[in-house]
Amino acid sequence: MSVLVYTETESGKFKKNAFEVASYAKNVADQMGASVTAIAVNAENAEELGTYGVSKVLNVSNDQLSSFNARAYASAIAQAAEAEGSKVVILSSSADSKYLGGILAAKLNAGYVPNVVAPPESTAPFVVKRTAFSNKGFAHTEIDAEIKMVGVSNNAFGMVENATSANSEAFTPNIGDADFGVKSVEVDKVVGKATIADADIVVSAGRGLKGPENWGMVEELADVLGAATACSKPVSDLGWRPHGEHVGQTGKPVASNLYIAIGISGAIQHLAGVSASKTKVVINNDPEAPFFKAADYGIVGDAFEVVPELIEKLKDFKAQNA
Amino acid sequence: MKILVCISNVPDTTSKINFTEDDTKFDTNGVQFVINPNDEFGLTRAMWFKEKQGATVHVVTVGDASVEPTIRKALAIGADEGIRINAEPKDGFFVGRQLAEIVKNGGYDLVIAGRESIDYNGGMVPGIISSLLDMNFVNTCVGLEIDGNVATAVREIDGGKEKIATSLPLVIGAQKGLVEESDLRIPNMRGIMMARKKALNVVDAVDSPIPTADKKFERPAAKGPVKLVDAGNIGELISLLHNEAKAL
Ligand SMILES: Cc1cc2nc3c(=O)[nH]c(=O)nc-3n(C[C@H](O)[C@H](O)[C@H](O)COP(=O)(O)OP(=O)(O)OC[C@H]3O[C@@H](n4cnc5c(N)ncnc54)[C@H](O)[C@@H]3O)c2cc1C
Ligand SMILES: Nc1ncnc2c1ncn2[C@@H]1O[C@H](COP(=O)(O)O)[C@@H](O)[C@H]1O
Repeated sequence: MSVLVYTETESGKFKKNAFEVASYAKNVADQMGASVTAIAVNAENAEELGTYGVSKVLNVSNDQLSSFNARAYASAIAQAAEAEGSKVVILSSSADSKYLGGILAAKLNAGYVPNVVAPPESTAPFVVKRTAFSNKGFAHTEIDAEIKMVGVSNNAFGMVENATSANSEAFTPNIGDADFGVKSVEVDKVVGKATIADADIVVSAGRGLKGPENWGMVEELADVLGAATACSKPVSDLGWRPHGEHVGQTGKPVASNLYIAIGISGAIQHLAGVSASKTKVVINNDPEAPFFKAADYGIVGDAFEVVPELIEKLKDFKAQNA
Repeated sequence: MKILVCISNVPDTTSKINFTEDDTKFDTNGVQFVINPNDEFGLTRAMWFKEKQGATVHVVTVGDASVEPTIRKALAIGADEGIRINAEPKDGFFVGRQLAEIVKNGGYDLVIAGRESIDYNGGMVPGIISSLLDMNFVNTCVGLEIDGNVATAVREIDGGKEKIATSLPLVIGAQKGLVEESDLRIPNMRGIMMARKKALNVVDAVDSPIPTADKKFERPAAKGPVKLVDAGNIGELISLLHNEAKAL
């Protein structure tokens, strides 16, 4: 028996979360006395997964799949699970994996639990811990189905090396026209910039910044840190920043290593969406701002003084630690 | 065009989340329930299709009688008819299976669900419906136009947007951006009065596996106090982030 893991690629290269979910799959496989098989689409360097404990890679090379298509990808993964006789399937929590997760669960008749933050507590019964209520709680959820699907939260398990030699095989799933009923016409995407979903560091700013003209320093701080930029809900509602930057319970979830909140009060809906981040820093001139109760580090001060100085000091730090 | 909007009845976003019965149940005491925000964006777009293109809009919720005020609210906003599937929404697969049955029997052209419910956070129900019924599916949908059978959608992707061409019958996972925040509607008196007269049909659940079960809940561990760094000593913040938090 093998545990099947879907390892995502972007232009042929594995995403960071691919190594995380592979590491997670290895943990599950060890608990069950099984091996790990990965499925990847158009991966250039499939053997890389060996570092994280994957012993076999089913590599799908198919031009039709060069851009993501949820149904076609779900179809490929379902066929891989069948071919491998896998009873456990591991996904990430990326937007793409969440898109295909429901489709795949229905195809496999699987019990699917997303947002999982730890390895299974036991595998018989199969119990995992996941976030629920928008990070305001956790649930210990049992999956009682022949096939179990787990969606691993970003940054929850980390990358764990476990050197194995990975054997890559070509895999040719049967994909029909019906799988392409949804066609991508045009993609409009910032390239070469960290995204909220993938970034290690997210720099986020709120209404305390007074207006869109003041975002230069936020972007510069993000540049120095290689971070993604984000904002609070009113900032995107006011049109100061694009909707895609809105984070929180009704925006994008953030589970980064470091989250820096500038001029954000820390409303419950904001905190719910960002609290999965490991380390939180708040910069706010009001010492009573609720965010101070949720943060690890804080500076009480005027963002217009603190942020420019932080940028200068970080440049020095980067120069010294380069 | 027949539209079905799937509405999850969820705790208001300001709710404090507590558990009861030895942490095996969500404590609904004092909690105000609302239309799931993602579903409200979807319902608002459905109203646009009703008003501009003559669509018929039904709303459906899987739940016991306690969810009816939420269904009535959707009717007060303007949906034509409500359906309640009388069962406890225990798991995403189960809910998806119930909703698929309604979609199949009702001959809906467009099914609008939310990208995610803010209580269960499964993010799976719309995908499950689409897959069970072989319908097209666009998730994280932030734009939707329909002309005859042809649908043009915009999907939010990591770092940008994707324009999509597809066709009915279609399922979407709605989210913020699908309509403007200012387009959201608060039911008025007339809407509330009319909603009382609209049909709210209660149907039984169909047989379905319930493959997952929440056995126990847990609240996040209490957080230690914040470490404050003086605004005049920003170097210290950097060294804490580097040496202590290992975040730089
Ligand atoms: C249903 C619902 C869903 C919601 N979902 C979300 C969500 O997903 N995400 C979200 O963010 N919000 C959400 N909200 C809104 C939320 O309740 C708050 O209104 C919002 O988060 C506040 O944004 P803010 O912190 O930028 O602004 P404010 O609350 O106005 O805070 C601005 C902060 O900046 C500080 N400040 C001012 N000047 C300076 C300065 N010079 N230097 C430093 N600090 C300064 C102030 O002290 C203050 O703390 C939701 C609300 C509802 C009702
Ligand atoms: N009990 C329910 N009744 C009706 N629709 C639901 C229910 N639960 C979830 N949904 C729909 O499915 C979407 C995603 O929910 P979930 O998979 O729980 O995150 C929600 O936004 C709703 O549109």
